[in-house]
Amino acid sequence: MNARIPSGTRDVLPEERAELRSIENALLSVFSESGYGEVSTPTVEFEETLQRAGGAAAPVSYRVLGEPGEDLALRSDMTVPIARLASSRYRDAELPLRFSYVAPAYRAITAHRGRAREFLQAGVELIGAEAPASCAEALSLLCRALDASGLKNFYVGIGDAGLYPALLEACGVDGVASEAVLRELGDRDFVGIDRELAALELSSDDAAMLARVPRMRGPGVLTDQLEQPLEQSLSAIREVVDTLESAVAARMIPDLGRSPRMGYYTGLVFEVYDPELGEPIASGGLYGELLGRFGMPVSGVGFAIDLDLLHAAIAGEERGETGR
Amino acid sequence: MNRFGLTIAVPRGALLSGSLDLLDKALIDTSEIRANDRKLFFADVGVVTMRPSDVPTYVEAGAADVGITGKDVLMEHPERQVFELADLGFGECQIVVASEHGPDKAAAALARLGVMRIATKYPRIAAEYFERSGRQAEIVTVNGSVELAPLTGLADAIVDLTASGLTLQENGLVVREEIATVTARLVANRVAHRLKAVGIEEFASLISAAPDAQATEA
Repeated sequence: MNARIPSGTRDVLPEERAELRSIENALLSVFSESGYGEVSTPTVEFEETLQRAGGAAAPVSYRVLGEPGEDLALRSDMTVPIARLASSRYRDAELPLRFSYVAPAYRAITAHRGRAREFLQAGVELIGAEAPASCAEALSLLCRALDASGLKNFYVGIGDAGLYPALLEACGVDGVASEAVLRELGDRDFVGIDRELAALELSSDDAAMLARVPRMRGPGVLTDQLEQPLEQSLSAIREVVDTLESAVAARMIPDLGRSPRMGYYTGLVFEVYDPELGEPIASGGLYGELLGRFGMPVSGVGFAIDLDLLHAAIAGEERGETGR
Repeated sequence: MNRFGLTIAVPRGALLSGSLDLLDKALIDTSEIRANDRKLFFADVGVVTMRPSDVPTYVEAGAADVGITGKDVLMEHPERQVFELADLGFGECQIVVASEHGPDKAAAALARLGVMRIATKYPRIAAEYFERSGRQAEIVTVNGSVELAPLTGLADAIVDLTASGLTLQENGLVVREEIATVTARLVANRVAHRLKAVGIEEFASLISAAPDAQATEA
């Protein structure tokens, strides 16, 4: 009898599980040394709770049949459940709060595209600490954790979800027009961005600046001399990168084209890239409003590392070293 | 490998010669590619050649850092997460609805039966277009020679790409509606876009340095 499992799910056998376990342990011990206590939350929650984020990093995709009258769903990330946990169990606790986790999350996929429906994440949430110090702490921790996992050649793309909307506003673009440009930015469709900008009545300086910014990325962004209001808009990224120790700062790739359309992130956002993989291994950022939706009006910053992707990148780097 | 440090996906078929002309502008030696239409991988110059519809697949996975493909392919596969960097301005085509010369059979089918049968290589573009205009269409996906479908009664009309309209004309078909104008686009892998930013920017500016490509419907 050969019973099937759904596309996008898999069994993990001892050889792979042992490798994953050692990565998990390396990450968790760094988290724990830095004062992040490990938590677990239920795999199923009330759908209303998960939807309260108003758009998570990945949409909630699986609803579960519970008792009549119960609308349950599988979490699509751990940030929302931890926001719920913090607001209900630590409402009067002294801030900041530091939590870590290793847990699966669930998302809809296109079958047979190699994407996991159930994916294992390791991450942290730092709740109620002041930016930019909170962001610097999260980025340093992220780099230390990845170092400990054995990953070598990674970089962290760092952007600001509020940057481009603020520039549009400074140039007098708002409402529907702003939405249209931001939609193209969300898809990173530069042809579309140029088309939408061309449809607006902008001074040629503003038009050139708005077309240039989404393409600006790389270490040079922070050292080049920039005009206002661009220079001012960079301050959120700059003040975080400036406080990082040099080994961590060297891994940062400022990226001014990050879109605000990423769920609950409202400020600094970051992603981890490794030359071995065509997609980001980890992502995170600052969320200013999520906790407020649970009655705890403070901001948080966190990140989640996709363990399967991290494992693949480590394996890829090892293959590269032994010579392909 | 080329001096940009990039693996470049180049489409075979109608977009090949225009793409190679642009690589020439970037001082990439294309003579071996032009001379050899069976070989697929040209490691010396960092070029891989493939069907246009495979370009987003390779680029999304990072098997190629950048690639050239038609906007029609990108419209048909919006789920492919690639960054669209530039309109390269060549390879201009229209995506059209066409049916047999004479009274429009598709319109007649819609009027009498409430639904029309549309044959296409672009099921997604076709379905979205008719949905947007509130018409019921049964989409029949075929992989080539779409013009055959209305002639044999497989479909009432087709949705296909046309440059000159010649193939349509020779098969007794006329354009009924234009859905979009498409051109060749430069796309990039999202990780390479950050990690190989310098090479990508230099390559992109060299190959899209032509007089501004006309704004196209996308």
